Amino acid sequence: MIRFENVTKRFGTHTVLDGISYDIHHGETFVIVGRSGSGKSVSLQNMIRLLTPEEGRVWVGDDCISEAEGADVTRILARFGVLFQSAALLQWLNVEDNVCLPLRQTQHLPEDDIRARAAEKLALVGLEGVGDRMPSDISGGMRKRVGLARAIVTQPEIIVYDEPTSGLDPVISRQIDLLIDNLRQRLGVTSVVVTHDLYSALKIGSRVAMLHEGRFAVCAPPEEFVASSHPVVRDFLRAQGIADMDDVRKAFDT
Amino acid sequence: MITREPQIVDPPANTFAAVGRALIQAWQGAGRGLMMLLGAAAQTPFLFSRKNRADVMNQLYLVGIKSLGVVTVVGLFTGMILALQVGLELRRYGQENSIGTLVSISMLREMGPFMTGLVIAASVGSAIAAQMGTMTVGEEIAALDVMGISPLRYLMMPRLVALAIMMPLLTVYTNLLGIFGGAIVGASQLGISWEAYFDNAFRYAENKDLYVGLFKSFLFGLIIVTVACYQGFTATEGAVGVGRATRRTVITSFLLILVVGYFVTRLFYQ
Repeated sequence: MIRFENVTKRFGTHTVLDGISYDIHHGETFVIVGRSGSGKSVSLQNMIRLLTPEEGRVWVGDDCISEAEGADVTRILARFGVLFQSAALLQWLNVEDNVCLPLRQTQHLPEDDIRARAAEKLALVGLEGVGDRMPSDISGGMRKRVGLARAIVTQPEIIVYDEPTSGLDPVISRQIDLLIDNLRQRLGVTSVVVTHDLYSALKIGSRVAMLHEGRFAVCAPPEEFVASSHPVVRDFLRAQGIADMDDVRKAFDT
Repeated sequence: MITREPQIVDPPANTFAAVGRALIQAWQGAGRGLMMLLGAAAQTPFLFSRKNRADVMNQLYLVGIKSLGVVTVVGLFTGMILALQVGLELRRYGQENSIGTLVSISMLREMGPFMTGLVIAASVGSAIAAQMGTMTVGEEIAALDVMGISPLRYLMMPRLVALAIMMPLLTVYTNLLGIFGGAIVGASQLGISWEAYFDNAFRYAENKDLYVGLFKSFLFGLIIVTVACYQGFTATEGAVGVGRATRRTVITSFLLILVVGYFVTRLFYQ
C-alpha cells in the first residue's frame, strides 16, 4: 500500500532519515515510535508530501508521491485522511463546518448530503450534538476527535495520525487509541500512526517500528517488539514502565 | 502546495556574505510572493462560486466597513494638517484662497492613496499576516494542502479581491474627508468661505489626478495582500515567527508603498 524505498532526508548537514525502506500493508496499523527528534514526523510528512526526500522514493499504491507534481499530488493525497498533532481545526469555523470543509471545497455534493455525512462521522467518533460549538470551546480530546471526523469524512483508504495522544491525559489517550482501533475495523482502512506513547503503539499496532538514528532499530508485531533485546528498545520500554504485553493490557483494562 | 521545505543554511562567513545572502533571499521572496499573487489572481474566476462567495463577502466587510473608523480620522486630519500648514504660509503672500486647490490635488494624487495604504497595511495587512502565520505554525495550512484545498484559493483570493476593490473605494472616501477637513480649517482658521474653498478645490483638480490616485491605491492593495500572505505562509518558529511575520509585513508594505508610489507618480507626471 505504502512503500519507502531507500528514503534519505536531510536538514542541512543533519541526516534525519538515512536510506530507510519499509512497506505498509493494506488494512494494517503501522506504528512508528521513537524519541523526540528521531524523525517520526519527518517520515510521516514525506508520506503525505509535506516534505520530499533528498534520495529514494515514496510510493502510495502504484503512484510515486515523492516525485508527483500538480494535480497528481492532489489525486494521490485524496486517498489520505490526516489527523494532525494539533488537530489543525480552523478556529473561525464551528465543529460541523470544520468537518464539512473538505467536502464543501473539493466535492460537488448537495448541502444536505454534506451535513448528513458530517453528522455521521461526528457520531462515529462519539461527538453527537456538538456541531455548533467552536473549536475554542471544546477540550483537547474533543478537538482531536473532530480532527479525526474531518479526516475520515472523505472516506479515505489511509488514515495518518501524527501524535494522536500527545497533550491528552491517560484516560482520554486510551479512548483515542480505542477509537483508532475501532475505525480501522469498521472502515477497513490502512492506518499509520506516529507516537512516542508505547502503550498506545503496542495496543493498536499491527506492527511497531522504532526509529533510531535515521533507521528502524526494530520493526515487528507488538509481542516481538516487547521481547526485543535491542538496547534502544529496551531503554524505551523501561522508561515507560513496560515489561511485557500484560502491562499494556492492564493499562487498557483499567 | 504552499507548504515548503524548511530553509536551513550555514551562518554567513562574513559581512559581505551576509549582505549578499540577504539580497538573494529578498529577491527569492519577491519572486515567490509574485507567484503567489498570480496564483491567487488565477482563482478570481471562482469569486462567486458557492465555495468562495461567503469568504469574499466577509473579507469585503472586514477590509471596507471595519476600517472606516480609522480611515475617517486619518483622512479628515490629513486634510486639516495640509490646509493649516499650507494656508499659514500662503497667508503671508495673500494667497490663502488657493488652499482648496492645494489640498484637493495633494489628496487626490498622493496623500489619499498613501495615507489609506499605510492605514490598511498597519491594520488589515498585519491582521492577515498574523492569521496566516498562526495557521501556518498551527499546521492548518498544511491540513488544507493535504485535504486538497488550495490556500491560495480558499484564503488568499478572497483577501486579494477585498483589498483590490476596497482600497480604491476607501481612497475616494479618504480624499473626500481630506478635502472636507481642509474646508473646516479654511473656514475656521483662515477666514476662507466654504464656497470659495470648494470652488477652488474642484476648479483645478483634473480627472487624471483622481484616476492616478485610484490606480496607486489598487497597486497598494495588491502589495499589502501579497506581502501579508507571503509573510504569513512562510512563518516559522511559533509565536515568535508570527510576530516577526507581522512586523515584516508592516515594514515591507510601508517601504513598497513609498517606492511604488514614487515610480507611479513619475510615470504619470513628467
